[in-house]
Amino acid sequence: MTPVGLPHILLLSTALFFIGMFGFFTRRNLITMLMSLELMLNSVNINFVAFNKYLYPQNLSGVFFVIFIITIAAAEAAVAIAIIINLFRSSDSIDVTDAEEMKF
Amino acid sequence: MGLELLFTLKHELLISLSIFLLLFIFVGSNHTKGATIIHIVNALLLISVFFFLFEPKQSFVFNQMFESNGLIQFQKSILSLGLLLISALSFQWLKHHKNVIEFYLLLLSSLLGMFFMISAANMLFFYLGLELATIPLAAAANFDLEKRKSGEAAMKLIYSSAFSSALLLLGISFVYGLTGSLNFTEISEKIPVNALSQFAFILVFSGFAFKMSVVPFHLWTADVYEGAPVPVTAFLSVVSKAAISFVFVQVLFKVFIHLELSYTISLAVVSICTMLLGNLFAMRQENIKRFLAFSSIAQVGYILIALMGSHEVAQSAIIYFLLVYVFSNLAAFGVIGIISNSLGKENISDYKGFYQQNKFLSWALAIALFSLAGVPPTAGFFGKFFLILAAASKGYYLLIVIAALNMIISFYYYLRIVRNIFMETSENPMPQVLVQPITKVALIVCLIGMIVLGLYGPVYEYIAAFAKPF
Repeated sequence: MTPVGLPHILLLSTALFFIGMFGFFTRRNLITMLMSLELMLNSVNINFVAFNKYLYPQNLSGVFFVIFIITIAAAEAAVAIAIIINLFRSSDSIDVTDAEEMKF
Repeated sequence: MGLELLFTLKHELLISLSIFLLLFIFVGSNHTKGATIIHIVNALLLISVFFFLFEPKQSFVFNQMFESNGLIQFQKSILSLGLLLISALSFQWLKHHKNVIEFYLLLLSSLLGMFFMISAANMLFFYLGLELATIPLAAAANFDLEKRKSGEAAMKLIYSSAFSSALLLLGISFVYGLTGSLNFTEISEKIPVNALSQFAFILVFSGFAFKMSVVPFHLWTADVYEGAPVPVTAFLSVVSKAAISFVFVQVLFKVFIHLELSYTISLAVVSICTMLLGNLFAMRQENIKRFLAFSSIAQVGYILIALMGSHEVAQSAIIYFLLVYVFSNLAAFGVIGIISNSLGKENISDYKGFYQQNKFLSWALAIALFSLAGVPPTAGFFGKFFLILAAASKGYYLLIVIAALNMIISFYYYLRIVRNIFMETSENPMPQVLVQPITKVALIVCLIGMIVLGLYGPVYEYIAAFAKPF
């Protein structure tokens, strides 16, 4: 059995990133879109940790970057959910297709 | 060392001080009047504007993560000036608003994030600054809590900015995988030219393109500009765009210097689309905020053209252009904000016969539009002239011709509004609007800036003296 190498992990993270992107483009529920965004950010985290472990084990800058990405993703989600709640109050729906007051 | 740190971080420390002042002294005490708070913050911002004259020297702090030099401090002063003008122009709206403290907290945090972003010499620091600059802006876009449009605008802003950060981060992670470093200079030394590095560049570029509203990624711009309150729209379109452009110049010329061929091609394609689409959509807009959104998209196209030129010329041309753009766009937004706040009118057709009752505001708006269009005596002409000169420094004459044709198209829609103001007469024109003294001062500063910057040469020379070889 071959050990797990960098290509395996990169394949996983790329798949996750594009699953997230697919979800972001196709889902209509704002909360689910937020979850898809988190999936994309977490796939980037996997990338950073894998590069750090396999290619540059002498310093930890990749791992530090991951900690900051997690923190900021939490902050982003907090603001986004607050905005969703406010939108729900005014339009009674969290469907993104209902947010269509402004169009070309 | 301690004193040096203080001088290097003077802009950031002052803005942090203002935030703490607002948080600890004014939050919770309902006795302070809105006007007092506005005057205090304005005074602090005014100090920040003049900080660039004071000890502007090259220095690095935080383990090479934070860079400061004369040019960066000048850029920070431009951004402070932008926020100061916005705050003065929207005095009438802010004075009676019950959440005036929150407004300043959000915009000052965003400004602080922009300062860190401009000074960043490291990808981690740059990312932190970028997020600190964008997340408060989404909250600020939702400032009219009871209006549905405002919530919709905030939703569109936060989702598109989060999506663009994800693209940017994927690009940064590939750059890290290729070079093993997050430091800008180390990356530029080590980055190879291959398929992966070009893919990483495209990802980082699209992340920036989202925030600068370059054409394939511009769809959020018009909706957010229309829905957000006018001062927030002004901040988004002027200060935020200027900050991102400053950083884009740094990242492009410092980090991706060895990928010059691929970035020139992508810039050429994207800039043509941006100018063309921005101009064509601006022609058919009826809402004046939406119209300014598309006109600002078109202006970004001209900036991208300059980016293709040789580095020092491009950098000084872009900074000069953005300085002019701060004055002219803020004057336009200032007048629109006053009208929108006191009469609630935001359509271009409402401006018919505007000159009949509001002489001063008409002249301010007209001169701002002339400057945005680039009519010679105003500074806007020289801003665009230097941008085109920068592109000419490497001989992209075809692009210059396209840019010039686009400027002719843009004359049509800018002058259409000027015609509405002066030449059309209306049965019931807008009544005379009361302009607060501080707002009048800010408008006059904008007008002086638009005219003097064009006629007084040393300003450009001052900027060009800073531009260093990359």
